[in-house]
Order: sequence, then structure tokens, then C-alpha cells
Amino acid sequence: MAKKDQRMSETETEEEEETEAESMSESESESGSEEQKQESKGGGIDYIMSLPDVPRNLPPHVELQRTRVFANIDAPTHTDSIQYSGAFASVGLDNSFRLDQFRNNFRVEVIRFSDDGMDMEFDMIGIDPALANAFRRILIAEVPTMAIEKVFIANNTSLIQDEVLAHRLGLIPISVDPRLFEYAENNAPNERNTIVFKLHVQCAKDLEEEKGQSKNKKDEKKVPPRITVKAKDLKWLPKGSEFYLESEDSNSNSTSKSKTYTSFTCSQDSLPEFSNNKIGFKEPLDDINIARLGPGQEIELEAQAVKGVGKTHAKWSPVATAWYRMLPEVVLLEEIEDKDAETLKDKCPVGVFDIEDIANGRKRINVARPRACTLCRECIRGGDEWEKRVSLRRVKDHFIFTIESTGALPPEVLFTEAVKILESKCERVISELS
Amino acid sequence: MEHGSYADNSNATFSLTDEDHTLANAVRFSLNQDPRVSFSGYSIPHPSDNRVNIRVQTTGAPAREVLKDACQDLMMMCQHVRSTLDVAVADFKLRNPPKKDEDTDMK
Ligand code: SF4
Repeated sequence: MAKKDQRMSETETEEEEETEAESMSESESESGSEEQKQESKGGGIDYIMSLPDVPRNLPPHVELQRTRVFANIDAPTHTDSIQYSGAFASVGLDNSFRLDQFRNNFRVEVIRFSDDGMDMEFDMIGIDPALANAFRRILIAEVPTMAIEKVFIANNTSLIQDEVLAHRLGLIPISVDPRLFEYAENNAPNERNTIVFKLHVQCAKDLEEEKGQSKNKKDEKKVPPRITVKAKDLKWLPKGSEFYLESEDSNSNSTSKSKTYTSFTCSQDSLPEFSNNKIGFKEPLDDINIARLGPGQEIELEAQAVKGVGKTHAKWSPVATAWYRMLPEVVLLEEIEDKDAETLKDKCPVGVFDIEDIANGRKRINVARPRACTLCRECIRGGDEWEKRVSLRRVKDHFIFTIESTGALPPEVLFTEAVKILESKCERVISELS
Repeated sequence: MEHGSYADNSNATFSLTDEDHTLANAVRFSLNQDPRVSFSGYSIPHPSDNRVNIRVQTTGAPAREVLKDACQDLMMMCQHVRSTLDVAVADFKLRNPPKKDEDTDMK
């Protein structure tokens, strides 16, 4: 449809221009510029396009379809982004990629940071969804973090099963810069690729039980002791595992040192990165519940955290969410006044519209907060007349990006890392092709 | 990883391992914007295979070079995105210093 329209309008303009051009060259023949004559003879489309009154841009309705998604009452239309370099060749417009053009058009506007600096919202303007989506996908699935991967359980008498406990531990975000670590791959756990945590908690035995029944009756209201195990109970072991390998133990003590589950060559807190920057769980992430212990129950374990990416397991994802939406655009197609204005204002659940007073006690609607629009279409529901009054659109190249970091790195660094990862992917392809 | 013909190097399929929509879609975007490209597209033959096939057909230029240029373009764009974001974040932090600092100032 759109293409047909475009072609039709184009042929029309062509014809017009041609007649105009002819008349022009006739009238100007006296001034005798031969070049122009030649051009007009052999010229065809090139000459026509060089005339000053031929539009250099797309016709407005095509331009609108190119840059906006129309959110109609039944379905959105013109949702695709036009990538092909020759898409507008028939109107003499080059749609191919130019880096300088991209550089001129691309903008980033930071909208807000949360107080703890871990949530961030920013606008990315002038970029194709293919790239914006690549960044989002990389943020979720390919920016590495550290997460607990192996759990060695020495004792667990709590209600929560070993495997569930291990899974819960894995999901706790660790506030440590993953760039300081290497991937473990098949190497033995060492101070460069593993963080070891110890968890040893025990809930007191029920006092009443020990002290006999006489007291029990008096203190019937007393609740038995309970403990909530939190992330902050996990203690960092900079020297590595404290559990000894069993086989070494049985081999008698002929070897001077019995081996543990890790082979650290030095203590992690002697490394410059960590010496005054202890690894652990920062507030408020240290308040995550791991388990609840009843009287006499105990958990003793060691957990090893390694580096990984979100596509292996979601526990390595550095973001709680990373998402974008395109900027909504609410356009009034006609002036809406008085009663209709009130109706429209009440229709919108998020308060996009405001009413302003114009002369003679009349009221007019205006679009005050289009950014808040969720495109729920409520304002164009209720009959044809409303569809004719309001047009809802999305701007195709304006992305409102939100990143919620889980605490390993601040969101702006995560984004930078994501972009770097896309770059390294490209680099890999280039080097493999050369 | 390149599948094409020796006689005509303007059409080829490139099979990339350990990649998915993330890269393929971005590269397709950048390929499509190159005027030398007459067709480009990608497919993932099987979802449990870590592989993506990128098809490039050009109007005559070697497909391999065109794909390399597309990646190069993408890298340049990434670099620009990165530097723009850094500037924007630095600007924002300058304009809105973190609240903690304000608190200490008050004290
Ligand atoms: S689409 Fe919904 S949120 Fe947007 S302006 Fe209309 S009523 Fe308000």
C-alpha cells in the first residue's frame, strides 16, 4: 500500500516537473547556457532531481510512516524499520548508512538514576532497533558476573533441601566487579577465578525442652527460638576453602599439607584489588533470606562463586531487568474543547492530558505528558469520532532504555560493557574472515 | 565458515558458531544499509545448535569484504554509542550530584 502510494505520487510530481523543466529551458534558451540544455535533453531523472523545487526529502506521509508506528484501535501499523539502502531509490533518496550522519543524529539523554545508583533510565535517540535490541540482549545474557556455582554441604538439618538451598544461594547477587576475575573453565579453582564463602549457622535448642516440663507450663507463651539465615551470614574466605579433601585425609599425614577443595596460591585479600575492598554482600542485598532454622537445626556449607554469563544460567545475569520502549507520541488531530475535553481528560488513566482555559470560559485539551502514555488506546475507544480526534504513535528511533543492575556493576558501566561485547563479536567475525 | 562458489564470490552464506540473533540481526541491519548489497538475511537452522547462517548477496563486490565492512560499520557505531553515553552520564552526574554528597554538605 505505502509503496504504491509513494510511486503514484512520485510519477505525478515527475510529470509536473518535466513540463516545468521544458518551459524553463525554453525561456532560458536566450541566456544560452548550453550545459543546462544538454542536461535537460539527456537528463531524465537526474536533472529533475537537481532542480531546486523538487523535494529532496520523502513526502510527509511516507516520512511519517518511516519514523512512526501508528497505534490504531485494532492493531499497530507501519511497525517495521526500513533498513534497505535502496528503499527510497524511486524518489531519489539514498537510505544507505552513513557514519557521519549517524554521528550527527545519535543522542543519549540520561533521565534518572535511582538513589543507590543501581537503576538508570536514559533515552537513546537516532538508533535502529536492531542495535538497541542487541544491547538489551547482551545486557541480559552476555555480560558476565560472579555467582555461586558449587556448594559443598557439610551439614544441613534445616527444612530446606540441599538442592533448593544450593539454588537459592546461586541466585544471590554478589557485589564484586567480575572484570577482576577469569573464567574458571576447566582450571582448578584458584584465587583468580573463584570466590569462596562459608556459611555456618545453628539455631539454639529449645530451652524449654532442656529445663523440664515444670517451667514449660509457666512459659507456655514463649516461642521456640527461630533463626533467619541471611545473605550477610555468608562469610568470605579469602584464603580459599577450609574443607579438606577426603582422599588426602585417609592417605595419612605423610604430605605436609592436606589439600582443600581449592588451590589458592595466596590469600585474596593480599591482592591489591581486594585488600581494602572486601568481597561480600552490600546493603541492601545482604538482607536476602536464605533459610529459616528451627530449634537445633544447623547449616554448614561452603560455596564457590565463579564467573559466568546469563545465557548459561539466569543467576549470572547482571541485571534484574534491562528493557526499552519507544517514545509514545500523542497527537490531537483536531481541537478538542469544553465537554469533549473533559471526557478525554477523564478517559486517560495515566493523566496524559491537561485542560487549559482559553478565553470566554472555554476549555481546551492539550497533551501535557505524552511520555507517560502506555498506549492503552483508552482515549481512542468509544466510537469513530475519537479515532479521528487523537492519533497515537511511537517514535521508531527513540528508545527509553531502563537498566536495573543487581549490584555487581553500576548500570552505565554494564551498558558500556555490553557495547564492548558487541564490538568484540564484530571483531571476531572480521578476524575470522580475514 | 563461508559457503559460496569459487566462480562467483558475490554470493555467499556465512555460518557463525556461538552466535545468535544478537549479532546476526545487528549485522543484517548494517548489511542492508550497504548499497552494494542486493540481499541479506539470516537464519538459525536449529534452536539447539549454537549457530547462525548469514546470507549475503551483492551486486558484484565480494560478499566476504562486504560482510567485513558491515562489521566494521557496526563497530564504529558501537564506539560512538559508548563515547556518547559516557559524555551523557558524566554530564548528568555533574548536574545532579549524588544525594549522599548533599547530605554531607548539609552537616
Ligand atoms: S493511549 Fe491510554 S495512556 Fe495513552 S493517552 Fe490514550 S488513554 Fe492515555
